Amino acid sequence: MFSFKPDRSQYPAPGPDGKLQIDLETGKYLKLWQGPNHPGITGNMSVELTVCGDEVVEGKTHVGYLHRGFEKLMERRTFIQVFPIVCRVCVPEPDFNEYCYAAAVEDLAGIEAPEYAQWMRTLILEMGRFNSYMMFLGGIGGALGLGITGQWMTYVRDLMLDRFEELTGARIYHMFILPGGVRGHLPEGFEGRMEEVLDTAERYLADIDRVMFSNSVFKTRTKGVGVIDPALFEPYGVTGPNARAGGVAKDLRKDSPYLVYDQLDFEVATATDSDIFARATVRRADVQTSIDLIRQILKKMPKTGPAMAKIPNVLHWKIPRGETYIKGECSRGEYGYYLVTDGTGYPRRINVRGPSYTHAMALLEHLIPGTNISDVAALMVSLHTYPPEIER
Amino acid sequence: MGLREVLTPFTVWKHVFDDPVTIKQPIGRPAAERYRGFHQNDLDTCIGCGTCEAICQNGAIDMVAVAGYDPEKGNSGLKPQIDYGRCCWCALCVDVCMTGSLTMSNEYTWVDTDPDAFRFVPGLEEPWKDDEEGYEREGKRVLSGIERIHMEEMEPEARIGNFDEIVAGYSRAEAILEADRCVECGLCVATCPAHMSIPDYIAAVRDQDYDRGLQLLYETNPFSEVCGRVCTHKCEGSCAALHEGDPIAIRWLKRHIIDEVPFDRRIELIGQPAEPTGRKVAIIGAGPAGLTAAFDLARAGHGVVVYEALAHAGGMMRYGIPEYRLPYDALDRDIGVIEAMGVEIRTNCRVGRDVTMDELRRDHDAVVLTIGLHMGRSTRVPGTEGAGVEKAVDLLRRITDGEKVPLAEQIVVIGGGNVAMDIARSMARLQKAEFGKVGITLTALEDIDHFLADPEEVVESREEGVKIFDARGPQEVMRDAEGKVTGLRTWRVKSIFDAEGRFAPAYDQSDERVHAGSMVIEAIGQAADTSLLGAALTEALEWNRGRIKIDTAFRTSEPWLFAAGDAVKGPDVISAVADGHRVARTVMEKLAAREVAQ
Ligand SMILES: Cc1cc2nc3c(=O)[nH]c(=O)nc-3n(C[C@H](O)[C@H](O)[C@H](O)COP(=O)(O)OP(=O)(O)OC[C@H]3O[C@@H](n4cnc5c(N)ncnc54)[C@H](O)[C@@H]3O)c2cc1C
Ligand code: SF4
Ligand code: SF4
Ligand code: SF4
Repeated sequence: MFSFKPDRSQYPAPGPDGKLQIDLETGKYLKLWQGPNHPGITGNMSVELTVCGDEVVEGKTHVGYLHRGFEKLMERRTFIQVFPIVCRVCVPEPDFNEYCYAAAVEDLAGIEAPEYAQWMRTLILEMGRFNSYMMFLGGIGGALGLGITGQWMTYVRDLMLDRFEELTGARIYHMFILPGGVRGHLPEGFEGRMEEVLDTAERYLADIDRVMFSNSVFKTRTKGVGVIDPALFEPYGVTGPNARAGGVAKDLRKDSPYLVYDQLDFEVATATDSDIFARATVRRADVQTSIDLIRQILKKMPKTGPAMAKIPNVLHWKIPRGETYIKGECSRGEYGYYLVTDGTGYPRRINVRGPSYTHAMALLEHLIPGTNISDVAALMVSLHTYPPEIER
Repeated sequence: MGLREVLTPFTVWKHVFDDPVTIKQPIGRPAAERYRGFHQNDLDTCIGCGTCEAICQNGAIDMVAVAGYDPEKGNSGLKPQIDYGRCCWCALCVDVCMTGSLTMSNEYTWVDTDPDAFRFVPGLEEPWKDDEEGYEREGKRVLSGIERIHMEEMEPEARIGNFDEIVAGYSRAEAILEADRCVECGLCVATCPAHMSIPDYIAAVRDQDYDRGLQLLYETNPFSEVCGRVCTHKCEGSCAALHEGDPIAIRWLKRHIIDEVPFDRRIELIGQPAEPTGRKVAIIGAGPAGLTAAFDLARAGHGVVVYEALAHAGGMMRYGIPEYRLPYDALDRDIGVIEAMGVEIRTNCRVGRDVTMDELRRDHDAVVLTIGLHMGRSTRVPGTEGAGVEKAVDLLRRITDGEKVPLAEQIVVIGGGNVAMDIARSMARLQKAEFGKVGITLTALEDIDHFLADPEEVVESREEGVKIFDARGPQEVMRDAEGKVTGLRTWRVKSIFDAEGRFAPAYDQSDERVHAGSMVIEAIGQAADTSLLGAALTEALEWNRGRIKIDTAFRTSEPWLFAAGDAVKGPDVISAVADGHRVARTVMEKLAAREVAQ
């Protein structure tokens, strides 16, 4: 009843190249920059909008505000020295970089991380996924003016950061998963304290269900908005919850299990509508999966065992010529590290495949035309993208 | 849309009385125990190896000198200084630290108005320097190898009946693994008397570049094949790796390089000596000191003649060290390279008997004295005069010469150093061959915890059947009515040195023992035989407590005469090599100065 119906008839027809021929001189159109500093932007990027009235005619994404040239930096560092910088490729879910990098190095060096480390890595990745979803659930409410969800989720995320802190020694950049294994064991009493956090999280998530998912304003503004046609999934490289919200039950944790996922019990959450609401519900269900997985892992993981495999002296670690691609399911879809080695002590090339690269740029540009200005923020957040991981 | 959907959001208000979630700063609660706060360093444990500096990907660490911490064996005296404008708190420096001295506090914040405060030497004065909590790595270091790669060795039963070499040497794969453990800190270089470029030649092993490795060895040591087997390896005693594990097998890696390079290739790699200068130097004694000096002088183009009293060159390397530790052909290869540089060695030519000092002085531009210590010392306790009591060095020399040496079924050795072990184990082998069993008793003044011999010598000699009695002082060699040796009477040692540190053993006479045996061997030290000098020169030279006095450049008080090696300094092959280099440099400086003067 409140939903926005774009009226395309008032705009010029696209030219032969498919692009709109917009003449700003007519005064009918306006350029509007959303970002790079804007609460409704998923981090440091911006969208250059062309609007007509409150309808968006065109949106161009601009990235590059963060560029730190990580992939190049990695080529100048020894294999151990790459380890501390990979986490910085993605601030909100850094651990995936640590895992993929470590696993890629291990693959080419012919090393296998011990069982304990495999469990620990899985635990860390689920904790990281949980936190990443906290940012999403807070962000999507915030993008629609529901500021309280952001505060709640930040609080819960902080509690999980406490667990990260006591386990890894750091809150944001954990630097805990390193080639060969992990840096340590669970602290005494960790399971109990983690259970408290999960408990609190569940209570707050129930509140989120009431305040957000059962909220008629939220529903109205997200249902049927920002629909991604599943036919676009392939050509646009859409993976993860964005695809699962469109009925594609793909999840690398199930489809090509890594670490100890084949020993864990879980379902892949899906939805059918492929709109903002569907994407939010899939993630809501995924948080619960992560919570369950964390509980399972803590119950099933070995209590002792070496945390590290025997690795060569890292000061002159050379890795034979080779290439490998290691991938996993992060909170946003397929995350991967492509590593090429040439027999020296330095990586020849590292390429990071982050899902945000496709979702936040090409896909977003495709989805924007025809939306209402006020929906752009929610649309962007619903794709759950992190610019740092676009600009490696 | 039902009414419920409109109303439920209002349930948020129930949180209005919750404690505030966002607080101004995390102060007020301590950080987790493992939190990576600010660096701490136990400066008394830190050895200044700089491994932390090497690993830091941010270049945040500089090794700096700190007042009150001086360099010493196995410790550079430098300490890491950290720049928090660069650090990313990865704590790799903590994980890689060779001693575990580097840790972190679990402090959250550090506020200072002086930006330079954030470039600091942890462990000096920061308030958290003694904090208990904070990040330290779990267990021992894992970023570099802790355990030494084992080298194959002959089993005791297999080795006791012969003089075959005991250790096998590393295979290439083993050597690479052992070389991998080195962190290239260079602490060992300072300790090595010859300052061999250890981390560099170890790197050559890792790189499988044996040519480069060999050239590096020859830059500082023409006796690398010998030292690769029998060096006293003091370097390993200062290796950074020993703090949480085994020191790097520096000696075995040196040997491995030599093993990998064929003899002819060695000469090729070292290259030809310089053009002849026409200068002539005489060297007395073909031990490591004399031959090293000869090598250097010959490479510089000087004519060198080495006069050697015995039938073969090598000095104590041949006539002291037993063959099972140093096979003669290994020694011959080292000497062969030196001869290939044009050095002439005149064996069976004893100076003082076959040629005089005056003649040497007359015919050469300089004379270098490297005669070693070849006269065995005696305890002079009652009963040592007469048959049945021998000196270790005499027996070892005769064994090398292939002579049949006196033997008994039960032998008592006096002495607890390596020479005592060498004679005990050599005699054990002869006993095994002659009588089918070993009967050796070894008595030493020192208690077993303070033994002078290397620990592995103690272990191996025991494996071979040598019975060790520690803290026993010899009182008398017992003889029967016919004068035949029947054993050694000893008292227990209470202390070896007096309050002033002088050698003055004190005994517990109530604890007396007689060690039965029909032969006693004294292995308590050697002295130089300086009779070759003749009365006039002996009179003219300055002496220092029975030894010819030398200055730091190895000059004696006679301008034409230089001296080096065991005879004036000692105590081992690598020191003799180092001294050989030094004395050669002094001689060359003298020759060059004469050049200018003429
Ligand atoms: C039994 C034993 C075991 C040892 N084991 C080790 C070991 O494992 N590792 C180690 O590093 N060191 C060891 N050493 C010590 C090492 O051998 C000596 O420190 C080293 O050989 C000293 O070298 P040098 O050149 O000063 O003297 P020497 O090697 O003693 O050489 C001196 C040479 O001068 C000759 N000479 C003497 N007088 C005359 C003369 N008048 N005319 C001509 N020639 C003369 C001698 O015959 C001899 O060849 C051992 C010593 C002994 C006795
Ligand atoms: S914590 Fe990391 S960045 Fe900081 S000094 Fe240590 S190695 Fe360097
Ligand atoms: S690695 Fe450890 S022992 Fe070596 S210099 Fe650094 S702090 Fe000191
Ligand atoms: S051998 Fe030991 S002391 Fe020498 S450079 Fe290697 S680690 Fe350092």
